[in-house]
Amino acid sequence: MEYNGGSVIAMVGKDCVAIASDLRFGNQALGIASNFQRIFPVTDRTYVGLAGLGTDVTTLRERFRYRVNMYTIKEERDIEPQTFAHLVSSTLYEHRFGPYFVEPVIAGLENTSSGSKPFIAAADLIGCLNFAKDFVVAGTASSKLYGLAEGLWEPDLGPEDLFETISQTLLNGVDRDAFSGWGAVVHVITKDRVVTRTLKGRMD
Amino acid sequence: METSFALTGKGYVIIAADTTAARSIVKMKVDEDKIKELGTHLLMAYSGEPGDTVQFAEYVERNIRLYQIRNLYPLRPPAAASWIRRSLAQSLRSRNPYSVNLLLGGYDQAENKPNLYWIDYLGSVVEVPFAAHGYGSYFALSLLDRYHDPEAPLEEGLATLKRCLDEVAKRLVVSPSKYMVKVVDKDGVREVEI
Repeated sequence: MEYNGGSVIAMVGKDCVAIASDLRFGNQALGIASNFQRIFPVTDRTYVGLAGLGTDVTTLRERFRYRVNMYTIKEERDIEPQTFAHLVSSTLYEHRFGPYFVEPVIAGLENTSSGSKPFIAAADLIGCLNFAKDFVVAGTASSKLYGLAEGLWEPDLGPEDLFETISQTLLNGVDRDAFSGWGAVVHVITKDRVVTRTLKGRMD
Repeated sequence: METSFALTGKGYVIIAADTTAARSIVKMKVDEDKIKELGTHLLMAYSGEPGDTVQFAEYVERNIRLYQIRNLYPLRPPAAASWIRRSLAQSLRSRNPYSVNLLLGGYDQAENKPNLYWIDYLGSVVEVPFAAHGYGSYFALSLLDRYHDPEAPLEEGLATLKRCLDEVAKRLVVSPSKYMVKVVDKDGVREVEI
């Protein structure tokens, strides 16, 4: 988990969710790249972030893309975030005794009879799901992100306030972590659009 | 010790790799070419476990060639990087994985731009403006942070590379004596003297 570094965080807001990660890809303490995307779109309103070993991030991203495509073709509809979370969980548990070294974070908007409902979840490397009501964190800076999120997050934040909260949490969290940082990317998912912003960070 | 560098510039990628073949503390050979020409516009520098390196590089070379023969067009650099990554990632979880680190540089003739990929033996791939493998990376990357210019003409790119090689020669205890330098641009691949 500390080999390549990197952190992911997701937060719930009022009729919106946000997911964010840093952009560092390192080899232990040596920084290799500052453009490593670890958050991927699953559907229009569901995103997955993968913190952990770089090779497994790419491998799992390809696996999830394949399995979601198969689901979409068979069911003739988009996958729901909760369903996707269970797909992530079972994919990881298939490798219970030789796992992918990845901690996934899922954020999206669920379809309900009365519109949409924010959904976030995280899992450990063997697929134990954690459905949270407020925020989830993963990666090398997770301990710091917990502390900051605990202090900064509040219920029913609008998309703009949520963006500010998640950005400050992530940026200040990764500054205390040697394995994360080097810029960040934030996605704010609302009912009718996803706003993606790339943030500058400390380059040390 | 084994070291390789690569950097992109205005319409080209330069790849340099040392030419020593060592076994334990002995230099067995000083003119080993460790940069394979995978196609007309694709270069791959390889380093790592002796034996694995050549075996894997030839495996990649033949498969990339096979794709070109079957489809009448070559794999573009991003596609080639994906294929190589997958091979390494599958190998990683096999009985005996290949222990090979790569720098893949190519010129994408469809988009008319250079591509450089840093690939390690785990199957991690990142697209980068400049990259290095081996002990040389600890010296070269900080120099390249300072001096690399993605819009620099070839002469400037080669001068920047020279800085890296000189720094490694000056500061690294086990520095290589000779390097092979290859360039890929719109006209294809060629070796250059430095």
